Amino acid sequence: MFENYSDSQVYLAIVLAPLIGSILAGVFNAYISRAVAHTVTIAGVAISFVLALFVFKYFAFDGAPTYNETVYTWLVSDGIHFEIGFMVDNLTSMMLVVVSFVSLMVHLYTIGYMHDDPGYKRFFSYISLFTFSMYMLVMSNNFLQLFFGWEAVGLVSYLLIGFYYKKESAIFANLKAFLVNRVGDFGFILGIAGILMLFNTLDYAEVFAAANSKAGATIELIPGTQWSMITVICLLLFVGAMGKSAQVPLHVWLPDSMEGPTPISALIHAATMVTAGIFMVTRMTPLFELSETALSFILVIGAITALFMGFLGIIQNDIKRVVAYSTLSQLGYMTVALGASAYSAAVFHLMTHAFFKALLFLAAGSVIIGMHHIQDIRKMGGLKKYMPITYWTSLIGTLALIGFPGLSGFFSKDSIIEAVRLSHLPGATFAYYAVLAGVFVTALYSLRLFFIVFHGEERMDHHTKEHLKESPWVVTVPLVLLAIPSVIIGGLTISSVLYGDYFNGVVFVEEAHNVLGHLKKEFHGPMGMVLHGITATPFILMLAGIAVAWLLYMKNPSVPGKIKQSFSLIYNIMDNKYGFDAFNEKVIAGGTRGIGHLLSKVGDLLIIDGIIVNGSAKTVAWVSGIIRHMQTGYLYHYAFAMILGMIALLVIVVY
Amino acid sequence: MNFVTPDFMPAMPEIFLLTIVCAILIIDLFLKDESRGATYMLSLIALAATAILSFTGYSQETVTTFNDSFILDPMASILKVAICVVVMGVFIYAKDYLIDRNIYKGEYFILGLFGVMGMMVMVSAGNFLTVYLGLELLSLSMYAMIAMQRDSAIASEAAMKYFILGAIASGMLLYGMSMVYGVTGSLDLANLNKAVSTADRIVMSFGLVFIILGIAFKLGAVPFHMWMPDVYQGSPTSVTLYISSAPKIAAFAMMYRLLVDGLTDMHADWQMILIILSVLSMALGNIIAIAQTNLKRMFAYSTIAHVGFIVMGVLTGTQAGYGASMFYAIVYAIMSVGGFGMIALLSRAGFEADNIDDFKGLNQKSPWFAFIMMAILFSMAGVPPFLGFWAKISVLQEAVNSGLVWLAIVGVVTSVIGAFYYLRVVKVIYFDKPMDNTPIKASMDIRMALSINGVAILALGLYPTALIALCINTFS
Repeated sequence: MFENYSDSQVYLAIVLAPLIGSILAGVFNAYISRAVAHTVTIAGVAISFVLALFVFKYFAFDGAPTYNETVYTWLVSDGIHFEIGFMVDNLTSMMLVVVSFVSLMVHLYTIGYMHDDPGYKRFFSYISLFTFSMYMLVMSNNFLQLFFGWEAVGLVSYLLIGFYYKKESAIFANLKAFLVNRVGDFGFILGIAGILMLFNTLDYAEVFAAANSKAGATIELIPGTQWSMITVICLLLFVGAMGKSAQVPLHVWLPDSMEGPTPISALIHAATMVTAGIFMVTRMTPLFELSETALSFILVIGAITALFMGFLGIIQNDIKRVVAYSTLSQLGYMTVALGASAYSAAVFHLMTHAFFKALLFLAAGSVIIGMHHIQDIRKMGGLKKYMPITYWTSLIGTLALIGFPGLSGFFSKDSIIEAVRLSHLPGATFAYYAVLAGVFVTALYSLRLFFIVFHGEERMDHHTKEHLKESPWVVTVPLVLLAIPSVIIGGLTISSVLYGDYFNGVVFVEEAHNVLGHLKKEFHGPMGMVLHGITATPFILMLAGIAVAWLLYMKNPSVPGKIKQSFSLIYNIMDNKYGFDAFNEKVIAGGTRGIGHLLSKVGDLLIIDGIIVNGSAKTVAWVSGIIRHMQTGYLYHYAFAMILGMIALLVIVVY
Repeated sequence: MNFVTPDFMPAMPEIFLLTIVCAILIIDLFLKDESRGATYMLSLIALAATAILSFTGYSQETVTTFNDSFILDPMASILKVAICVVVMGVFIYAKDYLIDRNIYKGEYFILGLFGVMGMMVMVSAGNFLTVYLGLELLSLSMYAMIAMQRDSAIASEAAMKYFILGAIASGMLLYGMSMVYGVTGSLDLANLNKAVSTADRIVMSFGLVFIILGIAFKLGAVPFHMWMPDVYQGSPTSVTLYISSAPKIAAFAMMYRLLVDGLTDMHADWQMILIILSVLSMALGNIIAIAQTNLKRMFAYSTIAHVGFIVMGVLTGTQAGYGASMFYAIVYAIMSVGGFGMIALLSRAGFEADNIDDFKGLNQKSPWFAFIMMAILFSMAGVPPFLGFWAKISVLQEAVNSGLVWLAIVGVVTSVIGAFYYLRVVKVIYFDKPMDNTPIKASMDIRMALSINGVAILALGLYPTALIALCINTFS
């Protein structure tokens, strides 16, 4: 790539630059000023962003071959190598650019957003650490390092959700995120264990090379039944992805994660970390393609998430939660694409979504700054005239999200819908109608939010209104910079990413599942797609969604209240988020606590501590107390004991 | 009758020691009280020289002299060196204690040296009579040493008890020897073996039991242990130091000479008896030690438990087992002398420092000696990497190798119980507040010796191979 530096040095620099920034800002927290903290971390991320651009050019335009090298061997045990290594190809380089760009924007934005926060330096340290972890995840060339990155991003996510650690709800939310992710990660590490068991290696390249030959392997999980080993592994790995990418029923942590500061909601819980599951499945295509069962499962889970989480977005009143449910729904779209074997479409949507969702979150953050940390949209309204830049960038983000023809979200989302239509896997029909209906729902909740916040009556109190003004440039510049790719990136790259050869040799698709291959025949360039899109069903549904939103929240704002009353049963179900939280709280958490209490009281305190440990100690002490009295101090007793002992020994020996 | 002049060379260390002890005895007569230090120094020099002589006499060959009644083999050489070195430690640790209590007399050293003489004879004994000679020389010296503090009632009582019980044990031992002599017609241990198979079994069994009783008494194995707690506690610490350490090495040698050299063919019989003694010793010693508040008494019971281990190695009847036992005996002597040395270090005029409470907060007074004490206690408990761990593991290993897995398990379980009372002292040292603020007052030599002792326990524990190999190779 560069003449004087080897490729591995460049990759190391990408990874280590944010780590060094994080260490400087974190470890030397007490010794450096705020300016130094944000300078070193932003410098670290900026360096990695620039290098990521070079790497991207190197792969996308210069057509470099896949880089796969080991940097460091941690240990070798029983012939299995545990290593740190990099695998860089077109997928990785694209992820690197997306992650570093969004991360850089968020770093800049944070200067404005966290300006008055006492945890300023700590926050910078965390987000740089997150950037490092995410790089480790996407650049890994083996499952061990993947798991490291996976857990490391989870750790930072945990730390950042609980960033306001004195706030009860934040602590509850980060514990919840931690526990739910434990469930997913448990499946994930079991999947990795399965890979180690089946392939006897953790190296991607070796596993993928051997995948076909192991397709027939089975495992007897329940005695008497044979399960395809590959299916078991894929399902377990996908359980991990469900946790990290918040798919039903492991989605419950994501809305609560909004307790964290807005910049990390944008970076971690919208643009990057939550897409790790999508990335992972795409990386593992040689495995997933072998299991139609797993693909069907993915398809159905994704469809449920896409539609039903979208519904919940309609009734939320917290500005960040609306966007959070929208994220869940969009992650569902990506997952559906994975299930339909349209991996390129999933990653494509991942990329476009990263830009416009980060934009929407940062815009929401900008609104929150303007409103002095009020997040309830019922107290907003008519912000258009106070915050023009935020307004226009939000509009772009919203239109991109709902898939307005020409904007980047349109290309990725329509491709997914079309791909699912062509899929023949079990569940594909359901998924198709779910994602189609999702278009309407997306338009409805997005425009509802947009109208309530930026148009209509000004419902904020007098004091807030007086101070309402546009956010500073460190906030608005990232908005503008994110708005640009939200508009153009889709049309610019669809030809090569989806229908070109960008993912050749990276993503493997069985001929029978190759829906994108069929779509390619109908594709006549981005302009053709836009023209076709204007007449297609999704566009009509989207317009319907916009119209309904306008009618309900602009024209007749009293109607929603009436609907709420007439359909109180449905409203209550949705208000309780379909009961997932209550179920988890009562059955799972309650049951676990009950079992824990039982084991603690009976198993630990009574049996182990009481009987075994203290009991034996007490017995010994008791015996000791008794027999010490044998030592009477009388000489004749001693002599008697000797004689008795002698007689006993004589008896034993003679008989 | 032809008188063949015996070869004196193998007995050179003993002859040297005897000569110099007599010389010291005479010199001491003419010394004033304030120059008693000369006796002390001379005794140390005598021991050092004896150790060197024993060391230079070391060879892999077995040499006998005085009509086979004296054996010089590798085991004898090594144990003699060990005995001399340990007793040097005893003398150094005892000095301040003796001065403080006004019993800093030449007799202590001279009796001690005669005791060493007795131990060396026991170690090299090739004949029932030499065994008995050595044993009595040692025992009589010790009786007198305990009673030296004449105005102490508790010391006199201890001496009295020890003397009477020791007399019974000696009588039993002699009785057993006479029975064996009666049926085999031999006092010579080497010849004895040849005669065992043809001898009357009942009489031999009786003889064996009586002989083992004598050995067990000397070692302090249950149920012949009763004297130990009283004597350890009753004796002045300077004497407890002595009786608790080196004589156990000699007792091990006596057990080896009598049972292995003399009565190998009765292995099946004595193995059974020793198993009983070993199990009882380990169990009883460790369990009763828990209830003790007096440190000297606690160490007495702990010694009983250690004796169980020493016996366990011998009863395997294998070369490696004897080696492990020998290693254990030496390690035990090093640890024991260190433990009582600490008590001597902390004591001062009118204060015995022999209660566990007296060690409270030692860490605040002297972190270094707290560390030494911790090393000693951890080593006694068998915590790696301290020396005691290797002693325990090598004995346990040999028990397992001989198929006595259950015995090894008993050893481990009782050791776990034993760990409690050792760790309790460590806890007191590090986590409790000191009872008073009197600083530790001790002369340089005791400080140095104790430091070396403690560091050796750690260092030999880190590099145990040489010492273990030396002991194992002795018997192969």
